[in-house]
Amino acid sequence: MTILDDVTTWVPVAPLERLGVDRGAGAMVGPWQVAVFRVAGDDVYALSNFDPFSQAYVLSRGIVGTRGDVPKVASPVYKQSFDLRTGVCLDDPAVAVRVFPVRVVEGVVEVGVPPSDRS
Amino acid sequence: MTRPTLVVAGNGMVGHKLVEALAERGGLDAWRVVVFGEERRLAYDRVALSSFFDGATEDDLTLVAPGAYDEIEVHLGDPIAGIDRAAGTVTSAAGVQVAYDALVLATGSYPFVPPVPGSGLPGCFVYRTLDDLEAIRHDASGRRVGAVVGGGLLGLEAANALRNLGLEPHVVEFAPRLMPMQVDDGGGAVLRARIEALGVHVHTGMQTTELAAGDDGRVAQMRFADGTSLDVDLVVFSAGIRPRDELARACGLDMGERGGIVVDSACRTSDPRIFAVGECAVADGRVWGLVAPGYDMARVVARRLLGGDAEFAGADMSTKLKLLGVDVACFGDVSTGESITFSDAVNGVYKRLVITPDGTRVAGGILVGDATAYTTLVQMARGDMPTPDDPAALIAPAAGAEPVGVGALAGTATVCSCNNVTKSAICDAVAGGATDVGAVKACTKAGTSCGGCVPLVTQLLNHELAAAGVEVTTHLCEHFAYSRQELFDLIRVHRIGTFAELLARYGTGRGCEVCKPTVASILASLGAGYILAGEQAALQDTNDHFLANLQRDGTYSVVPRVPGGELTPDQLIAIGQVAKDFGLYTKITGGQRIDLFGARVDQLPAVWARLIAAGMESGHAYGKALRTVKSCVGETWCRYGVQDSTSLAIQLELRYRGLRAPHKLKSAVSGCARECAEAQGKDFGVIATEKGWNLYVCGNGGMRPQHAVLLAEDLDTDTLIRYIDRFLMFYVRTADRLERTASWFNKLEGGIEYLRRVVMDDVLGIAEDLEADMQRHVDTYECEWKATIEDPEALARFRSFVNVDGPDPNVVFVRERGQIRPARQEEKPTPLEVLL
Ligand SMILES: Cc1cc2nc3c(=O)[nH]c(=O)nc-3n(C[C@H](O)[C@H](O)[C@H](O)COP(=O)(O)OP(=O)(O)OC[C@H]3O[C@@H](n4cnc5c(N)ncnc54)[C@H](O)[C@@H]3O)c2cc1C
Ligand code: SF4
Repeated sequence: MTILDDVTTWVPVAPLERLGVDRGAGAMVGPWQVAVFRVAGDDVYALSNFDPFSQAYVLSRGIVGTRGDVPKVASPVYKQSFDLRTGVCLDDPAVAVRVFPVRVVEGVVEVGVPPSDRS
Repeated sequence: MTRPTLVVAGNGMVGHKLVEALAERGGLDAWRVVVFGEERRLAYDRVALSSFFDGATEDDLTLVAPGAYDEIEVHLGDPIAGIDRAAGTVTSAAGVQVAYDALVLATGSYPFVPPVPGSGLPGCFVYRTLDDLEAIRHDASGRRVGAVVGGGLLGLEAANALRNLGLEPHVVEFAPRLMPMQVDDGGGAVLRARIEALGVHVHTGMQTTELAAGDDGRVAQMRFADGTSLDVDLVVFSAGIRPRDELARACGLDMGERGGIVVDSACRTSDPRIFAVGECAVADGRVWGLVAPGYDMARVVARRLLGGDAEFAGADMSTKLKLLGVDVACFGDVSTGESITFSDAVNGVYKRLVITPDGTRVAGGILVGDATAYTTLVQMARGDMPTPDDPAALIAPAAGAEPVGVGALAGTATVCSCNNVTKSAICDAVAGGATDVGAVKACTKAGTSCGGCVPLVTQLLNHELAAAGVEVTTHLCEHFAYSRQELFDLIRVHRIGTFAELLARYGTGRGCEVCKPTVASILASLGAGYILAGEQAALQDTNDHFLANLQRDGTYSVVPRVPGGELTPDQLIAIGQVAKDFGLYTKITGGQRIDLFGARVDQLPAVWARLIAAGMESGHAYGKALRTVKSCVGETWCRYGVQDSTSLAIQLELRYRGLRAPHKLKSAVSGCARECAEAQGKDFGVIATEKGWNLYVCGNGGMRPQHAVLLAEDLDTDTLIRYIDRFLMFYVRTADRLERTASWFNKLEGGIEYLRRVVMDDVLGIAEDLEADMQRHVDTYECEWKATIEDPEALARFRSFVNVDGPDPNVVFVRERGQIRPARQEEKPTPLEVLL
């Protein structure tokens, strides 16, 4: 994955403090439904909100936690866990959801959209 | 009318329990209570004292609820110095004199310090009070070596405390082994190896003859009878306790042979106006050095003071502790009879069982390193469970942990119906190397859909692992090396209020979807208040987080409570109108309610605002909580009915609504034996009889149907409710995560007989506690939706997206039979997602 390298557009999503700690929130970034997570220590992650197992856009509503050292979210539907850093499903590594670049600029969370994906 | 005066000497654990038990029974109207305490603070949890070195504060340890002593005259830091029995007065050290009508001595005990020269030097301590611990902590900083005199349970605990303070810990024991009172040489050796592995230096068979001071006048060296010595910076004595009977002795009350105040079964001393309770008393011929028997005594006296006739009948001295991470348990009577011993020095396991002289029963025993068989064995020692013909098997490795039932399940039995996985498939997976639930899920798909079979999968997995000789843990998840029940106790005993605190003290990592909701449920059961308050919100499963039931397309269903299934036409119209206005699909549920489907996150508050305005409240269809109490029309309308089943169902539903439990709870009330409400398929069900109510428990509909079992017959309504209170709270406290009452019951050792003894006969002595817990639930209940609607911060969460208004474009409905249903995948626009 080389998505990170050619990011050109950053979309501000919400002030960091609007996001609950260890909880996710859904956001529309262009045409994408993104699940943005703020975990304790104020690391932020952004995954697609799409849960491939239930085909519903719900990952933002899962419970955030860790497996070993891996920060993860468990889908609220059938409970598969996804690595917040890579989007890879920890229970079935053949499945992954896409990861969006994310950063905090002056207290505002921004999600990056790769140029190839902008519509 | 003036009230008679009760003076209580001592505000330790038992003295406080007495005051509390008296207050609970309304005794403060009957008695003016005056308490004298030698310590400067109100009662605290001495049992958990060592957690003070683990970060617990004085506040964490307090046993006294705010305001509990408002109506009581308390003299702290002022011990009673004398009793004048003829005049009926006590006088305190500060000179306060009080005339009493009844006097309770609850003065506890003091640590015994052997008469060794130098034992009074600076740097020498005992281990009994918070002041002692504060002094030790203050003194320990910057010092290197700490020694504990005494290798019993408390001594080892103190050694651990020294270790926590950063000292190099030593334990010096006079006897040839550790815990000389409880274990033989074999057990002592195993224990010693375990303790040493943790960095504690153990010196047994050492008689301390002298403590010598250094140049600064502090203790510097311990000298032993064999001529050797140990350089130390700090010494803690933990060489046993002695009852504090000096007051009683001075005023001529009867004393035990080895000290202690002799009391009868009413806990009365040889002076009928004076009682003694706790560790200062000799009851039934002995001093009871544990807190539970002390509490029993306190309750006996509280009842007696109010004209009742309770008796102290002795108590179970069984204890199980995790000492420096090593399981140690002792139970029953190990003083007489034949012993069977199992010892495995390599793995650090030692078990000893004592069989009664006639060879028929387990009398007692001690377990070191592996205490899994403890619960079973205690029941046998108590006579609650028969002792098998071959008792040795009870302590052989891997015995006693086998859950009833799963072993007997046929290989072809379907375990996971969502994915059609049989028992054999799961056993094959385990044989193929799967050792945890995640692995079994990954290779069989069992438990990956609705999740309802996960408890059964777990039991099967454990059963197979145990059969293969693999050690099975009951750990909740990787973050907590405890079972749900153990966590429940930790949270309750240490009054832990948040997940973060629990994690910091007893867990690792950051939590997950297993432990967070479990802890949230425990906190809710213990009365932590509104489930979306503060940090608690982040712990909740999506259903609890949005107070609605997540459905397959990401929308939620809404279920207003319909107590007992009784609904007025106006309420029916209101629900219908809401459904119509928001375009929701409506369906009558199996539990006599109306389910509204298809609401988006952002619609939920508006839907609920309307329902609440129409007088509805949350039906808790989302929580692991009480769902419904179904009812028939009973005697009111039905020609067969013998009691008013509808009224009772409403009463029960309102009483238990919102009660958080390990799993959802369902109930029903039928008006006669025809059983139209199907009460016997419920977690608790009631069937009317000519004389009252029959109570059935632990039934289950759903995937593994199981009939409920008759617990009690012909109860009046008050007794019925009391029994249900106790039953539910006992289940809430002891069941595993996601374990419904039926599975819980199947694993319950002693079955229905045991449950009857707990619920009806109160053999565990916890009935009052359980009822009090339930009462607190009832008193503090509030509708979660009402609370949410009134809280702008909570409301802010109910949006599909943080950055734009509006709905999830992927939620698409089509119409079927005049209502909506979620579009199937092929009926939707293609999702944009590209999977790797
Ligand atoms: C470190 C430690 C760990 C323990 N662990 C366990 C355990 O795991 N399980 C268990 O069951 N038990 C345990 N115990 C024992 C348990 O704490 C006691 O059984 C229990 O506290 C006894 O209660 P009590 O009220 O009789 O005595 P205490 O709690 O000692 O209270 C007596 C109080 O009376 C005061 N007092 C004495 N004389 C007077 C006077 N003349 N006037 C006024 N006040 C007076 C004392 O200062 C004291 O505050 C432990 C004890 C300690 C020290
Ligand atoms: S259970 Fe009995 S009282 Fe209730 S409806 Fe049926 S027949 Fe009538």
